[in-house]
Amino acid sequence: MPLYHDEDQAMLADTATSFMAEQGNIKDQLRHWRDRDCPDGFGHGLWKQMAEMGFTGMLVGEDDGGLGMGHVEAGIVLEEIGRNLTPSPFLTSSVLAATALKHGSNDLKGRYLPGLIEGDSVFAVAIDETPKHRPSRITTRAEKSGNGFKLSGSKSFVIQGASADMLVVAARTSGSDEDDDGITLFAVPKDAANMSHDSVRLVDSSMATHTKFDGVELDGDAVIGEVDGGREVLNAMLTAGRIGAAAEGVGVASGAMDITVDYLKQRKQFGKLIGEFQALQHRASHLYSEVEIARAAVIKAQQLLDGGSEKAELMSSVAKAKVAKTAGLAVKEGVQMHGGIGMTDEYDIGLYMKRDRALQEFLGDAYFHANRVAEMSGY
Amino acid sequence: MSDLEAFREETRSWLEANCPAEMREPVRDEEDIYWGGRRATFKNDAQKAWFEACVAKGYTVPAWPKEYGGAGLSPAEAKVLRQEMTRIKARIPLSSFGIWMLGPALLHFGTEEQKKHFLGQIARGEIRWCQGYSEPGSGSDLVSLQTYGEDKGDHWVVNGQKVWTSYADQADWIFCLVRTDKENKYKGITFMLFDTASEGCSTKPIKLISGNSPFCETFMEDVKVPKSYGEGIPAYVGEINRGWDVAKYLLGHEREMISGADGGNTGTVGSAMSRHVAKGGDELDPVLRAELAMFDVDALAYGAMGEKFLDEIKVGKAHPAQPNMMKYAGTELNKRRHELMMSAGGSRSLEWESEETSGGKPSRNWLRTKANSIEGGTSEVMLNVISKRILDLPGS
Repeated sequence: MPLYHDEDQAMLADTATSFMAEQGNIKDQLRHWRDRDCPDGFGHGLWKQMAEMGFTGMLVGEDDGGLGMGHVEAGIVLEEIGRNLTPSPFLTSSVLAATALKHGSNDLKGRYLPGLIEGDSVFAVAIDETPKHRPSRITTRAEKSGNGFKLSGSKSFVIQGASADMLVVAARTSGSDEDDDGITLFAVPKDAANMSHDSVRLVDSSMATHTKFDGVELDGDAVIGEVDGGREVLNAMLTAGRIGAAAEGVGVASGAMDITVDYLKQRKQFGKLIGEFQALQHRASHLYSEVEIARAAVIKAQQLLDGGSEKAELMSSVAKAKVAKTAGLAVKEGVQMHGGIGMTDEYDIGLYMKRDRALQEFLGDAYFHANRVAEMSGY
Repeated sequence: MSDLEAFREETRSWLEANCPAEMREPVRDEEDIYWGGRRATFKNDAQKAWFEACVAKGYTVPAWPKEYGGAGLSPAEAKVLRQEMTRIKARIPLSSFGIWMLGPALLHFGTEEQKKHFLGQIARGEIRWCQGYSEPGSGSDLVSLQTYGEDKGDHWVVNGQKVWTSYADQADWIFCLVRTDKENKYKGITFMLFDTASEGCSTKPIKLISGNSPFCETFMEDVKVPKSYGEGIPAYVGEINRGWDVAKYLLGHEREMISGADGGNTGTVGSAMSRHVAKGGDELDPVLRAELAMFDVDALAYGAMGEKFLDEIKVGKAHPAQPNMMKYAGTELNKRRHELMMSAGGSRSLEWESEETSGGKPSRNWLRTKANSIEGGTSEVMLNVISKRILDLPGS
């Protein structure tokens, strides 16, 4: 498959680009909700509109009422979300949770997927337990209790945890903390007793929770996939999420680069446009190269995943690491080249820097993924 | 079975029958590469047999039309052939600046008779070509070149000096940029073809920091270059005084080649280097391991970019200045690769002359890569082109 968008995908990209620029732009979404201290960190109205556009259920199979599209298509939407810094539950709900629910029972799908597709529900994923992403180590426990389970432990960096109608929780049902086996995924409903959220606003103005499970009672049908055999589902969810986060990151990098290059063409100093200075031209051109390469890594990973290739795993880490480095460069160069006004809240470049920082930590940073590339390559 | 699958099967059995086992080993030294030309000799029978089989089949230049010595393969078929050759690790039967550089320029700008005459010779490896672009004082700034061809009616008299003429001491002919109008900077250059054995033309190797000497200086003192080599076979490509168009077109190809956009330059180093270190009874330093891992991320991402670039070129989606970006990123990556290989190799890789290092290969290769970001236009020139032509930043 050639590494560019086919005709249908290019059409979708046109649609997504204009939709996000019109409805999801920084002024109307990110700044709007942030300046109102919105407890959700995003707008439900936009989520509903995204459902009307057919975005919310893109990765849900046609049999389950979705569009049955692939990760290339989801990535198209994510890149525009990144470019506009649009606060939205798309990555957690439509990519991560939807991937997990593919492995769920028909009951579970019937309970949750219609709400997702309609844009009435949002989901969160609860994986991390430490400030750094270490999914190989799961200590939250779910013990057998009657027909169901009792969930105890705590999770952090649960994006939109307090706003979610359902949380996908990775817990240990047997074995010791670092075992591959013994993991089970649960769909925990919003109103579960003995679950508490400690909400925090993050640097990018998104909302996350530290979530505590203090003996949360779950029915047996809350299990997604196999009991004790959840690692595979978890990995599938993580791979999809990482590739999705990489796609969003390319959007962040592109958006930051574009406003910076525009600025170089407008701002005058010493009687010249600063874009005339070779020192800045070379840095901008280097950044352009890095963004293009990162974008190639992302579409490669998306296509491998959609094609069911076993190389998707390696490429997901390549893409996440490459994008983390690239978007990091884009926002740092962006703020620096904007000079003093780059430090002001009024200009958008700083918002890109904050979003990038949060996105870098989400599902593993460049170091985590470069390390994985080394491990998968056998060294 | 689709036509392409049938072609793949056919190619597999042809390769099986025609590519000797010795030609499926990695290239170890210069002798393993066959460059053709009047003075060429084969290293062994296998190299000769493989070369001749490819010439007969048109596989030295598979995508060129049959009438010019190629096999007339479609882009899809050429890709299949490349994949099948890579699969059995077949060596390139003929390395040639004629194939990589002059050929594409002739295919684009040449007259029909000119193509038949020169391209056939190139495909059959009869003439070895070298490139006469740079001059002392005009490297990346090629349009400032001074070598002058004085118009004498049916011929020019050329005087001047070229530098970095790779392998000119072993080449038969040169494709050469010569100023033919002193008044006009861009529209005063002609792209000429002539025999380096011509009277007044001489060449001298330049010894490099790697100890090797692929590069030369070429001197032209009153060299007589005819304007034509026969009916419809001009001694220049394109139009007189419009050689800059040809040179620019050709540089695009050269940059693709140097950047390794064909996938030859995208290799990771981590696993090979860690095995290498382990073989010496040592352990990979964790910080070095981290550097290797970061490099491998970049190399794999660049590999995807190379693929994407080629896919986009095929359908005309790539920006015309994109080869500059590929060249910039590819050469910088390759320099980093060899820095890491030197670090991972430790003191062993410092050995300038030993059997273990095949005569100092690691260090010589490392030093050689430093030219990657200078030859074919420096990295700084590539960045200038990106900023002007892609980012549209203002000129100073």
